[in-house]
Amino acid sequence: MANDSISLELARGEVLALLGENGAGKSTLVSILFGHYVADEGTITAFGEPLPAGDPAAALAAGIGMVHQHFTLSDNLTVLDNILIGTEPLWQPFSRRRAARAKVRETAARFGLAVDTHRKVSELSVGERQRVEILKALYRGARALILDEPTAVLTPQESRDLFATLRQLVAEGLAIIFISHKLDEVLAVSDRIAVLRNGRLVALRAAAGATKAELAELMVGRKVVMPTRERRSLGAPVLHVRGIHARDAHGGMLLDGVDVSVRAGETVAIAGVAGNGQQALAQLLSGTLAPERGTVELAGRRLGATPREWIAAKVARIPEDRHAVGVIGDLAVWENVISEHLRSPAFARAGFVRRTASRMHADSVVRRFDVRLSGIDVPARSLSGGNMQKLILGRALSVGAATTPTLIVADQPTWGLDIGALAYVHQCLLNAAAAGAAVLLISEDLDEIFALADGIAVMFHGRVSEARPAETWTLAEIGLAMARGADAAGDELTRAA
Amino acid sequence: MSGDILDVVTGLPFWVAVLRIATPLIFGTLGVLLCERAGVLNLGIEGIMVVGAFTGWFAVYQGATLWSGVGVAALAGAALGLLHAVLTVPLGLSQHVSGLGVTLFGTSVAAYAYRVLLPRVTTPPTIEPFSPMSSLGVPLLSTQTPLTLLALVCVPLLAYVLNRTPAGLAVRMVGENPGAAEGQGINVIAVRMWTVIAGSALMGVAGAFLTLSAFNAFFFNMVNGRGWICVALVVFASWRPGKALAGALLFAAFDALQLRLQQASGAKLPYQIYLMLPYALSILALVVMARRAAYPQALMKPYRKGER
Amino acid sequence: MRLEARAEVSRVLQLAAPFAAIAVTLVVCSLLVAWSGVPVAGAYRLLLEGAAGSAFAVSETLTRATPLIITGLAVSVAFRAKLYNIGAEGQLYAGALAAVAVADSGLSLPPAVVFPLVLAAAMAAGALLLIGPALLKTRFHVDEVVTTLLFNFIALLFVSMMLDGPMKDPTAMGWPQSVAIPEEFGLEKLAERSRVHSGLLIAFALAVVVWIVDRFTAFGFEMRAVGANARAAAFAGMPVHAVVLKTALLSGALAGLAGGIEVMGRAGYVTLDMSPGYGYSGIVIAMLAQLNALGVVVSAIFVAGILVGADSMSRALAVPTYIADVIVAASLIAMLVATMLARYRVRWR
Repeated sequence: MANDSISLELARGEVLALLGENGAGKSTLVSILFGHYVADEGTITAFGEPLPAGDPAAALAAGIGMVHQHFTLSDNLTVLDNILIGTEPLWQPFSRRRAARAKVRETAARFGLAVDTHRKVSELSVGERQRVEILKALYRGARALILDEPTAVLTPQESRDLFATLRQLVAEGLAIIFISHKLDEVLAVSDRIAVLRNGRLVALRAAAGATKAELAELMVGRKVVMPTRERRSLGAPVLHVRGIHARDAHGGMLLDGVDVSVRAGETVAIAGVAGNGQQALAQLLSGTLAPERGTVELAGRRLGATPREWIAAKVARIPEDRHAVGVIGDLAVWENVISEHLRSPAFARAGFVRRTASRMHADSVVRRFDVRLSGIDVPARSLSGGNMQKLILGRALSVGAATTPTLIVADQPTWGLDIGALAYVHQCLLNAAAAGAAVLLISEDLDEIFALADGIAVMFHGRVSEARPAETWTLAEIGLAMARGADAAGDELTRAA
Repeated sequence: MSGDILDVVTGLPFWVAVLRIATPLIFGTLGVLLCERAGVLNLGIEGIMVVGAFTGWFAVYQGATLWSGVGVAALAGAALGLLHAVLTVPLGLSQHVSGLGVTLFGTSVAAYAYRVLLPRVTTPPTIEPFSPMSSLGVPLLSTQTPLTLLALVCVPLLAYVLNRTPAGLAVRMVGENPGAAEGQGINVIAVRMWTVIAGSALMGVAGAFLTLSAFNAFFFNMVNGRGWICVALVVFASWRPGKALAGALLFAAFDALQLRLQQASGAKLPYQIYLMLPYALSILALVVMARRAAYPQALMKPYRKGER
Repeated sequence: MRLEARAEVSRVLQLAAPFAAIAVTLVVCSLLVAWSGVPVAGAYRLLLEGAAGSAFAVSETLTRATPLIITGLAVSVAFRAKLYNIGAEGQLYAGALAAVAVADSGLSLPPAVVFPLVLAAAMAAGALLLIGPALLKTRFHVDEVVTTLLFNFIALLFVSMMLDGPMKDPTAMGWPQSVAIPEEFGLEKLAERSRVHSGLLIAFALAVVVWIVDRFTAFGFEMRAVGANARAAAFAGMPVHAVVLKTALLSGALAGLAGGIEVMGRAGYVTLDMSPGYGYSGIVIAMLAQLNALGVVVSAIFVAGILVGADSMSRALAVPTYIADVIVAASLIAMLVATMLARYRVRWR
């Protein structure tokens, strides 16, 4: 049950926040509002008129616009094309492009959202793309705007710019629904807060006077004990990444001179806004990207670009996209558990898979890592996000019977997970570090970074800054570094001081 | 040998043949191009061309005018296109397998119908095909039939529709990011289905050209892989109508050349080698262009509404 | 209309799918039979009799099934790894040609050595034909559907060239056929007065071997993993390109072997019409069997029955024999829909 008897009202010129952890039903609710899904029961009334269900065109015509969490833009088409589509009748044998361009420019100026309509979306930055998403809705005369986790991909400064834009929209009389799971933002920007938990509306509060602790408890329904990081002495350096330069298939720069080191027992986090090379770095450290120049050494040995080598070197890799890369959905759970070590003597003999031994190992992993499922023979795709991530963790961390991995590479390990699963993953990583593993964490979630990391470095335009102890970073510094690179950030702060 | 080639290529009869050979390729390639721009691979083209060839010819055999025959062929193509569209768009089944199924089905149904309707013929009956447009006066075109002119007109027409009309923009966007189109109020399923139907109608006309213009009777095996060549040509054309025309003409030129080389050079090489060249060339075209392919990003990904 | 994935896919539905597909197909095709003016019930009865109504009918069906089982295996092995091998037809002909070439080459080795060499040559020829498209796929990302299809035409032209030239049978009075397989390399008949030959037993054995490889070996695991999700398989350390190429070798070899066995057991010599589309029927057979090797045996026998029965029926009634091809093609489409329905529920708004 994604949404259970939810009733809400939204007034003009108001910002209503929908707060809840992942899986609480926020996205489902607004998808119904916008017509992507059809509700089983219930009605929607927009501006006094009932809204036909399941029809985005009707929602748009009624003045409802939506800025999706994953941008709905076509990379290969221009900004104008992306805004224009759907606004002219399909039977019309011509297109009024010049008039449209002028209207876009006028709307953009009115709300402070500058963008070049001639460019292809693939050439735009993330912030610019979001502006196009918002312009799409405003161009069509939206009077109510839904924003689904809009700050997930922005730096702290870009988020502030977005809030300024929202305030301007509200001043012009628009109503806004703002979905988030970040308590600070919700308190900063909204007038009222609706808290969803497990598909139900559990509270409706005015933002003035609400506290973070109160909201957190409402969101989760109980007090959650977040694992805490202990200070401890660090071991010898384990991972040395030196002078890595890498390009993509078209010659575009991915990594522009990366140097990172991690010691045994240390957790180094790489912060940064998406699109600055994190994917390439994660691929490099999984063995799936071959660099142009530079070396990667693990415990003194050089590692190349085959996943086999990395697996053999006892590196536990947790990929960003669990569905597309982490598991093979059609294969059974037990088959996924042994997939990284298929040819090892533990699981195969003379070319035949040792089924009994494999299944026993899978049973033990599932038990130890609390993966909830109906049996190890079910296809992996039937697992929920949290359980799938636990399975991936279990597979990665059970290298051999009781040995800890040498290095753990965790790429956005808690993306899309509810707070219970998130706490579990964090505890696993902290335990592994305590047992002597070196942990490299790549994350866009600053809360997570500050919770887990001993050292933090910032990634910007394919380079990684020097890693400094977590205590020496302030939020402002990190935000600036994410937006403009660590050196620029340092200068700016000294100038401001 | 090079002297032979030069003689052949500079003569008018050569280019007359090129335009004639290229016509079904132009229609077919434009048809596949249209479907793929919307994100649907249509491997039913071989079967649709057979069905188009047969139905167009049979309609004329039964007394319809030539243009009515073309219309019937287009409708028959559209019908098979509807079948493929239903399987691949709302049902989201494998576009590869569905297309192959349509080809096998189309080819076998056409053969079956031919035998049922003409049970006792041994040599295929003939009809009076399109005659050349001699009244036109333009040297190259006056030797061609009206269908060739139609094919040439379709190229800029399709380019205009795709790039300058709202419908064309909708087609392009459902092929790049159907979620984005849905979010702007476009009915992705409907746009994809109608595009596949329209593209398949063009494929039907490609088949009709064979029986109503190039030849004047229906033979089994007359399509002979032209459909697959069109699929290869779309990749070569980077999904653009103008380049599709260029590709079809280039291919037709090689095909016409190999025919004349066969005749000119006597019996030095077995004729089969010459016949292999078109297919080998198509494979080469695919390899050359595959590296730089800027293909529609949603090609071959079925769209499930509400699945995000 | 919306498709909703079923929470649990029941085995019953999965097993019932092919039967439902065939039933629907036969109903739809009865319209075509009626169109030819022949009473449907009578036509289908004759079809059934022609397929299995007598010992002779059964033997004909099994003879026809022999190459179909093997091409069905070839296609299912490839499709499992998402390698769309549509070139089984050409690979079959290549295998047949290679078999005749080696058998007739007059090697001065004992027959017991040459016999497996003949089979090996057939497998090698088929494998070679598929390795090209497979390399183009792994190296240059060229879609293998079109390349394997185009290779079919090239292969057939090559066979035609050979039959006109070096491998022509001098005693065949101008008819394009190859020299015959020598007696000692033919496959023995299994029963008197029938055409069933020991190739059938080889086909059964191959099905069991493929099933074992798929289900129990590490290579079979890799094939399935690469077919299900190549990116994740690569991440887990599996050598994806090598797996695809090995799969291509296996699939091509099987298709080539089908041709070799057909020429050694039934035809005796290679002609241009020796395969009425066995390579393409292999696709339907593989899909009906849901890519399961043991299921391929059953669906191949079914398809063979349709083909043989329709031949016999069309000799007695005025129903064109092409009805068999229509039934086979329609059951492919019906099977696609049936497997989808087993996995998804259709919800109307």
